[in-house]
Amino acid sequence: MIDSSGQKNTRLVWILAFVGIAMFGFGYALVPLYNVLCDITGINGKTNAQAVKEVVYQVDKSREVKVEFLTTLNESTPLLFWTQATTMKVYPGQYYTVNFYAKNKTEKTLVVRAIDSVSPGLTKDYFKKTVCFCFSQQTFKPHELKTMPVRFVVSPDLPKQYKTITLSYTFFDNTELSVKK
Amino acid sequence: MSAVVAEHDHHDEHHDHGPAKGLVRWLITTNHKDIGTLYLLFALAMFFVGGLMALVIRAELFEPGMQFVNPTFFNSMTTMHALVMVFGAVMPAFVGLANWQIPLMIGAPDMALPRLNNMSFWMLVAGVLLLASTLFMEGGAPACGWTFYPPLVLRDCGHALPFAVFSVHMLGVSSIMGAINIIATILNMRAPKMTLMKMPLFVWTWLITAFLLIAIMPVFAGAVTMLLTDKFFATSFFDAAGGGDPVLYQHIFWFFGHPEVYVMILPTFGVASTIIPVFARKPLFGYSSMVYATASIAFLSFIVWAHHMFTVGMPIAGELYFMYATMLIAIPTGVKVFNWTATMWKGAMTFETPMLFSICFVVLFTMGGLTGLMMSVAPTDFQYHDTYFIVAHFHYTLVPASVFILMAAGYFWLPKWTGNMYDERLARFHFWMSAISVNILFFPQHFLGLAGMPRRIPDYAVQFADWNMVSSIGAFIFGFSQLIFLYIVIKTINGGTGEKVTDEVWEDASKHSLEWTLPSPVPYHTWATPPEEVPSEHF
Repeated sequence: MIDSSGQKNTRLVWILAFVGIAMFGFGYALVPLYNVLCDITGINGKTNAQAVKEVVYQVDKSREVKVEFLTTLNESTPLLFWTQATTMKVYPGQYYTVNFYAKNKTEKTLVVRAIDSVSPGLTKDYFKKTVCFCFSQQTFKPHELKTMPVRFVVSPDLPKQYKTITLSYTFFDNTELSVKK
Repeated sequence: MSAVVAEHDHHDEHHDHGPAKGLVRWLITTNHKDIGTLYLLFALAMFFVGGLMALVIRAELFEPGMQFVNPTFFNSMTTMHALVMVFGAVMPAFVGLANWQIPLMIGAPDMALPRLNNMSFWMLVAGVLLLASTLFMEGGAPACGWTFYPPLVLRDCGHALPFAVFSVHMLGVSSIMGAINIIATILNMRAPKMTLMKMPLFVWTWLITAFLLIAIMPVFAGAVTMLLTDKFFATSFFDAAGGGDPVLYQHIFWFFGHPEVYVMILPTFGVASTIIPVFARKPLFGYSSMVYATASIAFLSFIVWAHHMFTVGMPIAGELYFMYATMLIAIPTGVKVFNWTATMWKGAMTFETPMLFSICFVVLFTMGGLTGLMMSVAPTDFQYHDTYFIVAHFHYTLVPASVFILMAAGYFWLPKWTGNMYDERLARFHFWMSAISVNILFFPQHFLGLAGMPRRIPDYAVQFADWNMVSSIGAFIFGFSQLIFLYIVIKTINGGTGEKVTDEVWEDASKHSLEWTLPSPVPYHTWATPPEEVPSEHF
């Protein structure tokens, strides 16, 4: 009797321990699951992280979409960061280029990374960039000023209810992180 | 070896060993009662440590401006108060009750895995000590909130972060081992006639809680491990600069965090469902609905987590889903509250201290639940989010609920465990002091929250001064009232009122549960042969 309950216990303990370990893995599995979910639903408005090829669209002159640009510096990123225009009226299907500028305020070389997002999030699939400084890390020499063009198009498929798209860039200071790597 | 000793050893083989002598007994013990006692005493000690931290917070908030501590230390106190109370006091206290009571209630000689049981306890102590050690470090204890939200935690937790993370790992392993042990005990070691649907509700709630623990503690361990690698090994799970997302952490954390609050409240329900029928002298009303309600609450707890983060910017569909799912929890919880009320209905009630605490629990927990329902409404939650309203809400569900029920459990079972009666007059005094001061302490925080006072701040606008002062006065009365409890517990262990209790302790208690059929005090070894009969649901 004692033996059989011992065996029963051992079996149960192994099953439960396995569930525990599996749940640890599940915690990690939530990371890709979350990214896929965000991608499908457009929750965090991540636009294309690599350049898309420039294709010619039929320009839709019947409506204008307002595009707003936000330039943000994360916490203590020692840059100056501004844009040529804060808003633009664009025709869906036509390509536009807008310049962004950033200047290193320090005596040190900086490695920075711009992360972009659009709002409303669901417009992310219709906002396409062919040239962008956000596709790779940027290195700034001491006091260097850079002009960084962004070439983009709003696809003519953009549903009619969207009248305004906000494109936001945030610069993160990755200097220490890049040393660590 | 001398013949005498050999004979002595031989003699012992045929009889139960008593406990080992001296302090070593507590270090190496595998007896469920000893380990239960260790857990309960450790939890009581941590209750006072965490309480002291709360008093530092309330002293600083007594009036506007900075008086006693600097803001970083204040933040350390809010962080450590939460961690110590959740992982050092409330959870271990319920594990202690489980250790003492589950084998007694189901007619088992001990826990299924006694050595693992010992290891769970000492791992808990090690984990809490590791956490406490950060208080004495350069840079101080973690000051980033018990939720460890990035990006703040990655900048602000300093040297304390790795210690807090490893401490969470140890506490997690300890909880999981404890949970596995409890499930194995309940599923494999019940007396032959103790079918699942005859188990006392305390055993049922712990069975379900144990499954919750196994499902969530590893997820929390995973989340803090990701924080650790983000900070020290250049991964970017939550760092936006590397393509991560800080909101992801909140999702993972609350996937753990929401069931975690039920880990603390389900055993509370179990104890209340055990005590109320005894003093109402009626069987528990709606036993099976209680079991199903507990299981539904546990299930729902896994699918409502994002109501903690309505303000992060979710799509409207998400807000609506989490809002309605959260409201659903009120249904099984309401079933429980009505069942307790119906149990008391037309009962021959007496109001000994355990019953007083239990009735107070039913009333004040309902209030805490109701404010929870208010916050489940997504649009209004934007007003309540991160204010003192949420502080008032979860303290109502934890202090006059979980903590009061732990006090009730102490008064209810101490006479059984020690064979001595506690001082009823003093205990009632303790009850009234606690019940009144807990409301002076937490009720004004509702007003502060609705008026817009944010939580986790050491200083505040003068318009909040009056209610903060009232709240602080309540806090000090409540805190010092608990010394009465400490005194009563020590006195009861050392002989109590001198009056010896009967085996039943409470009138007709043996009709309700098996432990009251054992002698008082409970012998060191019990149920070497399982009981023939088990109490029936209807008597």
